[in-house]
Amino acid sequence: MRKLTGLKVPGALLATLLATSAVMADPVDDTLTINGETEIVVRTAAPEHLSGAMSEIMSGWLFREDDTRIMQADDFDNPGMIFVELAEDSWNMAEGSNGKSCADCHGASADMSEVRPTYPKWNETAGEVRTLEMQINDCRTNQMGAEEWKYTGNDMVNMTALLASVSRGNVVNVAIDGPAQSTWEQGKEIYYTRYGQLNLSCSNCHEDNYGNMIRADHLSQGQINGFPVYRLKNTKLNSAHDRFKGCIRDTRAETFSPGSPEFVALELYVASRGNGLGVEGPAIRN
Amino acid sequence: MADDVKPRVKVPKSAAVGEKIVVKTLISHKMESGQRKDADGNVIARSIINRFTCDFNGENVVDVKMEAAISTNPYFEFEAMVPEAGEFKFTWYDDDGSVYEDTKTIAIA
Repeated sequence: MRKLTGLKVPGALLATLLATSAVMADPVDDTLTINGETEIVVRTAAPEHLSGAMSEIMSGWLFREDDTRIMQADDFDNPGMIFVELAEDSWNMAEGSNGKSCADCHGASADMSEVRPTYPKWNETAGEVRTLEMQINDCRTNQMGAEEWKYTGNDMVNMTALLASVSRGNVVNVAIDGPAQSTWEQGKEIYYTRYGQLNLSCSNCHEDNYGNMIRADHLSQGQINGFPVYRLKNTKLNSAHDRFKGCIRDTRAETFSPGSPEFVALELYVASRGNGLGVEGPAIRN
Repeated sequence: MADDVKPRVKVPKSAAVGEKIVVKTLISHKMESGQRKDADGNVIARSIINRFTCDFNGENVVDVKMEAAISTNPYFEFEAMVPEAGEFKFTWYDDDGSVYEDTKTIAIA
């Protein structure tokens, strides 16, 4: 057996090892400015309906590592922007039996900055709360005469990323009163319901334990202001409903489907918990 | 031309003479290696960007030969010192013969 003789650990290195072994999962104190010009609200006072539950809301960005945070601060370094550019092409491309593109009715995508922050939103004609995805598909089938996109398919996620990217600098502001209220209540019910063999509700992790570790990862508040997010683990854009599905699956439950009424209600409720946070999409997370 | 190919380049708008600037380039490309097979067992033909060059005012600065193991959306970042105002020209060469180009001008501050 060989002896490990020549191995020395310098004192300074040892000190570093000891210092970093006490891992902190707390959110960092940092501010986000995209491309050196667009300031994003990543931390603010909680909306009124959260009084008693939490006083401050924080973007998931504050819970990520330095490298990940820096990557999001520059559009060139943000891999999600590749997909935004693809969506820009499809924004301007005429499709369907009416030969119209998104741009023919809506003008430049850059003028759509008021859209993302207010969705999901009550639609009077349809008599339902609609997510951005539902509205896009409504446009495609009724205005363009084109085929629906799959709810979490690439085309759809890219388009929602485009609409989010032009809204950066604005803050999330979904309406929870009036006709949307019953859907919001339903979403709140789901948020606080325990699911699965592990018997966990959204709030068990994202309200009671944000800032703590879940296995090797930092638990955030589960805000969706950064969606769709580019995840380093699967190197693609992920929609909020796909993330909900992943979370519920991790509680070992049968999940709802992306685009289902349950997830629409949950999206409205979770979005309302982030009322006041800046739109970040496409954000980068791990 | 392969689908969804789009070159992107980031160069500072201006720099001082002799200042070290960072040039970042990325081209979205699927970089099919030619090693994979489809569901029927047929080899999927190789389709990659095989060369990347950067010229400044007509003079070659960077010339890279790329091979099949390079992953999707090849990214190159390098530093340059600019002797005068001028134009960076970036060129990517595709296996299928397509050539993608982008140019960026830089002023002397």
